[in-house]
Amino acid sequence: MKKLLKVALAAFMAVGLTACSGSGEKDEVTVAFVTDTGGINDKSFNQTSYQGLVDFTKEMGYAEPKYIESKADADYIPNLTTFADEKVDLIVAAGFKFDKAIAAVAEKYADQKLLVIDVGWLDAGKYKNVQQAVFTEHEGSFLVGVVAALKAQELGEKTVGYITGGDSASMLKFYAGYQQGVWAVDPEMKVLYDNANKFDDVALGKTLAEKQFAECSVIFHAAGGTGNGVIEAAKEAVLNGKEKWVIGVDKDQYEEGFYDDAKTKSVILTSMLKRVDVAAYNAAKAVAEGTFKGGVVTYALKDNGVGLPENNPNLTDDITAKVKDFTQKVVDGEITVSETPVTNAENPNTTFTGSTSQN
Amino acid sequence: MKKYSHLTISLIAVATGLIFAFLLTLLTGKNPYDLLTALVRSMTGFNLQNIGSFNITYVLNWFLNAVPIILTGLSVAFAYRTGLFNIGGEGQIIAGSTAAAAVAILFDLPPVIHPIVCILAAALAGALWGLLPGFLKAYRNINEVVICIMMNYSGMYFCSWFTKRFLPIDPNTNERTISILKSAELPQVFTSTTSQFNWGFLVAIIGLFVFWFIIEKTTFGYSLRATGFNKEAARFAGMKVERNITLSMMIAGAFSGIAGAVLILGIYKYGRIFTTFDNYGFDGISVALVGGAQSIGVFLAGLLFGLFKAASGNLQLFNIPKEISELIQAIIIYLVAIQYAITLLLNKINMKKNKNQLENKVEGGNTSCN
Repeated sequence: MKKLLKVALAAFMAVGLTACSGSGEKDEVTVAFVTDTGGINDKSFNQTSYQGLVDFTKEMGYAEPKYIESKADADYIPNLTTFADEKVDLIVAAGFKFDKAIAAVAEKYADQKLLVIDVGWLDAGKYKNVQQAVFTEHEGSFLVGVVAALKAQELGEKTVGYITGGDSASMLKFYAGYQQGVWAVDPEMKVLYDNANKFDDVALGKTLAEKQFAECSVIFHAAGGTGNGVIEAAKEAVLNGKEKWVIGVDKDQYEEGFYDDAKTKSVILTSMLKRVDVAAYNAAKAVAEGTFKGGVVTYALKDNGVGLPENNPNLTDDITAKVKDFTQKVVDGEITVSETPVTNAENPNTTFTGSTSQN
Repeated sequence: MKKYSHLTISLIAVATGLIFAFLLTLLTGKNPYDLLTALVRSMTGFNLQNIGSFNITYVLNWFLNAVPIILTGLSVAFAYRTGLFNIGGEGQIIAGSTAAAAVAILFDLPPVIHPIVCILAAALAGALWGLLPGFLKAYRNINEVVICIMMNYSGMYFCSWFTKRFLPIDPNTNERTISILKSAELPQVFTSTTSQFNWGFLVAIIGLFVFWFIIEKTTFGYSLRATGFNKEAARFAGMKVERNITLSMMIAGAFSGIAGAVLILGIYKYGRIFTTFDNYGFDGISVALVGGAQSIGVFLAGLLFGLFKAASGNLQLFNIPKEISELIQAIIIYLVAIQYAITLLLNKINMKKNKNQLENKVEGGNTSCN
């Protein structure tokens, strides 16, 4: 038994030593990623942001970037610290839940370059090495609002739907843009609003979608994992012979909307892209080129930070052309999209009654 | 028939779990030496693959991770000793977290006193959350497991409503409250390190002592244990069985509530709006089981499971999937459970030989009360 143990230990050591050699080129820029509790394969925020870093390392011919998945919110600081102690050049984290953790780590490691996506309220003067990437979601949502309204008109309807995962200020930007887009096409159109208050409840998303689909045929979801339930509900409705559409969020969700076995037909009308991968890629690239800057960096429609996918198989040429028109108007500043939504008290054509929390 | 001690059983389980993990990493084409490195680094702060480097943060993070699950472990163990199964730790933690955050934000008290008041409020809230399952079990004989699970969800939704309604919400995220007052924070023990290791560990140590004292050294504890061994016998001996069961569940709830307070005051430093469980309560079940529902056992098992929690980051840094640490925990729990069954089995065989001792033997492991 003892002998066996010795042999095993020796084997471990040998493998370990060979594994050690090979690293240590100092000029290579190292980037690392910390996920929230959603994990690296969340088909959303974490995955897309990490992809931006993968694109960077691929281009440079480096090894794949390291990542740590957090098991609980309490793990954010330890996980960020782990990479900071490893002297990684750039640490990236995505999601507003990271704001306090990033600030805490930036305070302890003044020279550590950090990128936090979707946080724009940290003191830029105090945290000089923290880049905060924010997106003009209201502009992108404006465009999908146009799409939703045009599709509803095509179907002879006067109502469109919206399901969100939360009602923080940054989430309300989605609904604000959506409203304005819909009303840019038809000011009389009704814009439903439902808040699941969760980004990971598929069943709740499905229930809310079924409720809205009774009144309308197009729903825009800004609800992460909860939105998968919305897509689920649309698939079921379509298979039962009804025409229902979902507008995806964050990335092109077309493939998630397939409802036939051949994977040719999708319930995803289009998606509101939020190019978090571009933000991650740009920051990594900037570190490599020595141009990395702290402070808030805004990715707008004109920077391709938000927008529609290039290919939208479910959109008619007519709609695509009109969307292009509106895109140009927003980029040119002819249309300014507001970040705050209109409530039911101000306009009866929305079911939104205000944020559930006090401000 | 030889009876193995719980410590032996647990140690065998831990060793087997680790060996299993090493074999599995080997099988999946990963390097077992990396696994060893990650575990050793999380325990000692030394990196086996870069001998010169030492980082005390990892050691402190290990203890930091152990604190809440030692407290929830005590919670489960306390109820267990009275023959109850407290699966309501999640709800009790959430109640405790919310109470602690409320006191930490709304009341302006001097330092040192402030966190103590917060922790007491959390204990009270946790106890309140244990009251209903305990009461219904005692006076209506309704299965406490079902009530506890329902209390977990009621706790989550009620506290989410309470926080949004009565506490100031952080306008940037709408997902939590503003920061708690500085005076209520549990400060870092070693401010020069980057670890969040805080004075909450003292709370866990006091908890361990209180648990041991109540259960082993007081008449009340004796009557609790008697109730756990055999409810009817305890009643026959003149003990207030119903009151014991209710109080036991409340004290168990208080331990979990305190765990919630330690997390809020020491780590998060803001009130949380819960949408999912953090699983500290469920981890407590494993800790209590592996620790044999004894004070010292819970301490050691808490350290063990805390290590696996803390090692998650290091494992991933060394390219070992974080699921490995969950797998080791699962194997240990299974083995302890099976060993327990084996001990029971041995006891039963023993009983047949010695019918006179039947009463005494059953009470050792059987927790279901009729």
